[in-house]
Amino acid sequence: MTADSDLTAALVGAKAESASVEAGAMTDVLDRAPFVVVSSSGAQDLSPRRIRAEQLRQLVHSKAFIVGALILLWWIVCAIFGTLFVPYNPLSQSLLNVNAAPSAAHWFGTDSLGRDVFSRVIVGARDILEIAPLATLVGTAVGTAIGLAQGYFRGAFDMLVGRLVDALLALPTVIVAFLFIVAVGANTLTLVIVIGFTFAFIIARTVRTAVLQERELDYIAAARLRNENAFHIMFVEVLPNVLGPIIVEFTVRLGYAIFTIATLSFLGFGVQPPTPDWGATVASNYQYLAAGYWWQTLFPALAIASLVVAINLVGDSMEAALLQ
Amino acid sequence: MNRSLVSTSARLPHEHPPDERAKVLEVNHLDVSYRVRDRERLAVRDVSFEIGRQESFGLVGESGCGKSTTALAVTRYLPSNGRISSGGVKVNGHDLTSMDKASLRRLRARTVSMVYQEPMKALNPSIRIGRQLSEVYEIIGLKRAEALERAEAMLRNVQISDPGLVMRRYPHQLSGGMQQRVIIAMALASEPSLLILDEPTTALDATVEAEVLDLVALLRQEFQTAVLFISHNLAVIAKMCDRVGVMYAGELVEEGPAEQVFEDPRHPYTVGLLRCVPQRGQRKDHGRLDTIPGFLPGPGQVPRGCVFAQRCSLADERCVSEAPPMYEVTPLRSSRCHYHEDAPRVPRSTPADVQLPESGELDRAEAPVIRLRGVSKTFKVRGESVRAVSDIDLDLRLGETLGLVGESGCGKSTLARVLLGLTPPDEGSVIELDGLPLAGRCSERDREQLQAIQIIFQNPDSALNRRHSVRHIVTRALRKLAGLSGDACETRLVEVVRSVRLEESHLALRPRHLSGGLKQRVAIARAFAGSPRVLVCDEPTSALDVSVQAAILNLLADLQSRERVTYVFISHDLGVVRYLSDRIAVLYLGKVMEYGPAETVFAGPHHPYTEGLLSALPNLDGVQGERVKLEGELPSAAHPPAGCVFHTRCPRRLSSGVCESSEPPLVEVEPDHMMRCHIPITELRRLQGKEPSGQEEAQRTSAAT
Amino acid sequence: MWPHLLKRLGLTVLTLVLLSMIIFLAGQVLPGNPGRAILGHYAPESAVLALNRKLGVTRPLLVQYWSWVSGIIHGNLGTSWEYHAPVSSFLFPALGRSAKLALFAFVIVVPLSILGGVVAALNRGRAIDKIISVGGLSFTTVPTFVSGIVLIVIFGIALKVLPVTAQAPPGSPFFTQLRYLILPAVPLVLILFGYIARMARAGTIEVLDSDYVRTATLNGLPRWRVISRHVLRNSLLPTITVIATQTGYLIGGLVVIENLFNYPGIGRLILTAADFKDFPMLEAGVLFIGIVYLLATLLADILYTVLNPRIRLGSEE
Repeated sequence: MTADSDLTAALVGAKAESASVEAGAMTDVLDRAPFVVVSSSGAQDLSPRRIRAEQLRQLVHSKAFIVGALILLWWIVCAIFGTLFVPYNPLSQSLLNVNAAPSAAHWFGTDSLGRDVFSRVIVGARDILEIAPLATLVGTAVGTAIGLAQGYFRGAFDMLVGRLVDALLALPTVIVAFLFIVAVGANTLTLVIVIGFTFAFIIARTVRTAVLQERELDYIAAARLRNENAFHIMFVEVLPNVLGPIIVEFTVRLGYAIFTIATLSFLGFGVQPPTPDWGATVASNYQYLAAGYWWQTLFPALAIASLVVAINLVGDSMEAALLQ
Repeated sequence: MNRSLVSTSARLPHEHPPDERAKVLEVNHLDVSYRVRDRERLAVRDVSFEIGRQESFGLVGESGCGKSTTALAVTRYLPSNGRISSGGVKVNGHDLTSMDKASLRRLRARTVSMVYQEPMKALNPSIRIGRQLSEVYEIIGLKRAEALERAEAMLRNVQISDPGLVMRRYPHQLSGGMQQRVIIAMALASEPSLLILDEPTTALDATVEAEVLDLVALLRQEFQTAVLFISHNLAVIAKMCDRVGVMYAGELVEEGPAEQVFEDPRHPYTVGLLRCVPQRGQRKDHGRLDTIPGFLPGPGQVPRGCVFAQRCSLADERCVSEAPPMYEVTPLRSSRCHYHEDAPRVPRSTPADVQLPESGELDRAEAPVIRLRGVSKTFKVRGESVRAVSDIDLDLRLGETLGLVGESGCGKSTLARVLLGLTPPDEGSVIELDGLPLAGRCSERDREQLQAIQIIFQNPDSALNRRHSVRHIVTRALRKLAGLSGDACETRLVEVVRSVRLEESHLALRPRHLSGGLKQRVAIARAFAGSPRVLVCDEPTSALDVSVQAAILNLLADLQSRERVTYVFISHDLGVVRYLSDRIAVLYLGKVMEYGPAETVFAGPHHPYTEGLLSALPNLDGVQGERVKLEGELPSAAHPPAGCVFHTRCPRRLSSGVCESSEPPLVEVEPDHMMRCHIPITELRRLQGKEPSGQEEAQRTSAAT
Repeated sequence: MWPHLLKRLGLTVLTLVLLSMIIFLAGQVLPGNPGRAILGHYAPESAVLALNRKLGVTRPLLVQYWSWVSGIIHGNLGTSWEYHAPVSSFLFPALGRSAKLALFAFVIVVPLSILGGVVAALNRGRAIDKIISVGGLSFTTVPTFVSGIVLIVIFGIALKVLPVTAQAPPGSPFFTQLRYLILPAVPLVLILFGYIARMARAGTIEVLDSDYVRTATLNGLPRWRVISRHVLRNSLLPTITVIATQTGYLIGGLVVIENLFNYPGIGRLILTAADFKDFPMLEAGVLFIGIVYLLATLLADILYTVLNPRIRLGSEE
């Protein structure tokens, strides 16, 4: 029945108070008008390209996004080119200069083997920035496929996977990953696969929920009335409509992947020393904290913190821009 | 009806007795704007009207016209980006715009009340009705015990027969109609001077709507409350209001006594609106509906001249360059049109002439396209069997429209889904296409069978994949259903798109770039892509405004006469059903109660249920015959009543008890007219006062929106 | 209500069975043989074989699984390969100590995060909202050991106001014990705060925008009463479930924190067991972590059902 939409439009407009959803409110208001003048100049405002440009503009205008993106960019540069500009070789030991406090020569001091902490922090970005995105990508791809199938086929398959997800989610991700790594041993590949698959089940749950919502919509019924096959319905009809939540889930999971990998490294089940990975570095040095050698631990710890916060800021701004 | 008059005998003491001379509501040159993207957009412009003591004033208009915004401004409950940018609102002579928070709260508590569109959402789901209602009395200073007592009395006032029980219920345990009564009780609890009703019956079924409207009309007298009634439904406004204001694009374009405005409209927009609605028994073979061409100006766009000029067939230079003031037509009414004297003679925008199908009369002897025999559908809901559709026999003939009518939950949509193969029917149901049996599931039907039966869904937002372009949507249907590819597909694509009066420039767009009406055209294009023989139209216009609805109905009628397609037309709107249907089936709790040619069913004698439905319709003349009220609530489909399923609500139930004990069969009571009722047709004819011609009834039930 | 709760209970049991299978199978993936691992490189083959037989690891998988599960049902968690003593004698004291730390963190974080979420929602779009939302969310992804170390450096080493170990000397009074638990608890609070606050905020905003809050406001209710009567109850109901699901996250944090602060709880127990490849201990430890989580979510479900009239009293139809 015809709902009076100016109230809705107004309420949508109300959201516009926060700068991040402005663009959405604008298109919404126009969408809800009973007519859209397609031929007049006003219409160009609504072309898909314009909307994407609008989303981009909005992102670029968000301070949180800029700060996050700059930090992230910095660590990516460090990961790729770090070895070219670090002052010292991060692996070379200097037993004459152990546990030195931060100074002009060693900005972040040295560790118990006399290695330069600053150089280790710069180069330490590499492993985590390699494993985390890969694991998240694997997790998102596999999780999307599982979630689509769950939501589409429902029934026994959904039930079985659902229980499995429940069982796995009863354990913290760190423990699931650690349980399997204890069993198969730690290396980059196992880390990617173990974290990827653990995340896949979590992502599958999000995708499934989104798919179940979409399934109720009539365009799916219309597709069934054209005798489209399951593959077409899942990937051509449904998938484009659930991409938003999937992208958001990817950014959120990326943050958690870094969390998990760093934690596993800290516990000794992730990246192994002497690689200058941040978590591993913290793990091998934190027992010296009590002796007052705080710089060996604090700087890599702050590096991890800055990376996850940066990813969070970027992800959060993207979520605001995408899911309006 | 056991109403007590507690509230009138013991009036609540008012802090400040309202000034009897002041108008209840004065809206003066009101402008409301929303701040969107750092820009102020006017949503309501220069709106002025007054509501006197005990007067009822209606605001009517299509979506986006600003009527709800006006109501929110009157309660000062605008969203945080909205504000009254100029003009004033006075309630009982007190200026609302300058009021401080405490006085505003007092005003809301005592003087102005509101009833909303969706009663379920308007009640707090986790608080019992009794507490929610008594809270209102506590606000105005009554003690808990007295408040509860008052609340119970108030529930009796809104004709709730067991208030004690309802007090202990949570909102979700009540039906929509009951919830709305509770809201009305809540609104009237403080005996306000002004009651605002914002689309109060839009979410309700016609029979419930009629009861709620009757109740509001009655209580308005009893509580001596002035009413601001907001609705998109012209007939409801005509029935409920003394005076009416028509809004368009944020402006009040015409205002005056309801009867005069609807009888003799003086603004081209009002004229257009009234012509869009199928009225006085208008049917597709009598002529096409008139439409309002063009588009509403975009939000925030203020044209230099008249807001309606772009769409008005009377408009000239002056209208484009000079904004019309509110002209006084008579001392009682005004119109915002330079040429308000010519308004009644606005030329039609759409020619009325009809292209009748070449074959002329439909051949009754012809074999039906679709035969349904013993079609049932049982759902399992929480371990209980719910029979949504029960043992239905129907025939669909080529080029005919079968209208399916009934309240929500009567099984009309389930029946449509069963026909399409989206919901497999129960064992033993027979669906035949051209005499050959059809599989229950669409996945088991072959391409030709799929191609033969298609659907237009109610809501195009749900029916069209929002990530696909119009081209993709229609092309996919052409490929899969018509089996076309390459140039043939492209040629047909343009043909189909043109046939629904879309332009080729629309092909590249996605649904969200189109208006509701254009989206529905895309859905129609898709449905026609495979040249179906049978098309299910499931409430295809109920999500649209009336002016858009008219264009879609015309389109459907044109396509039918051109392509000789059979429609199964589902709608809650009897006026629309009547316009498009050749035959009507009236459903109640999954059973066909009456079935016959549309004119026979509308003319009567009717099945008592049909009679109730027709009688619930408000009509535009503002005169209402005596209502035949349906008692009680729709029974649960899980536990349908024994005997005749309708006996619990039947106003004509026989005293012999036969209705309670045995179910009447569906029998032919007149040639080609089937009915499921124990009362003999002659008796029904006598009871309903039908002379064989049935003209009086035709007139009485003619108009609806 | 009862059918709903029974269904939940059934699902929990089913999940638990699946979980035990996953844990058991993960243990089986381990290459090599436990007898060798325990006895070391130089033990004779016959001794290793004898030990393997004694440990029961030569039996078919299903038999092993069944004996493990039935043992647990009868309260026998098996014998630690490392300490040659019943697993339960290590597991339960460790669980108790972890519970102390976890409860302490919970008692701080639950009211704090709910308050934060509600305050943020009521000040939507203002600075305080941004600080709580963005700040809180950032902390949830900062690994526990990172915030732990930063806190140790600041409060333990630079300011020297708090002890850097978690365990108070034996026999310390209650408040001294709590003082020792502050530094380990704060990182746990930080990872939980953001998410719970975010959900509480979202719930509150949804209710604030609801039609029934409009009804209450337009009925002339004072704002505090609208919030206390109409907003909070409905907005915080879903938060119960969120809090329960966060117990898993909390336990994940415990493993790290106990390691960092050398606190002998369940987290340290399973880490040590993993280092020694003490599988009975590891499996029992992980299983109990899962049980605690499942019980917490079940409890939340029951609470939600009891407090929500829409589930407690199904609709009349």
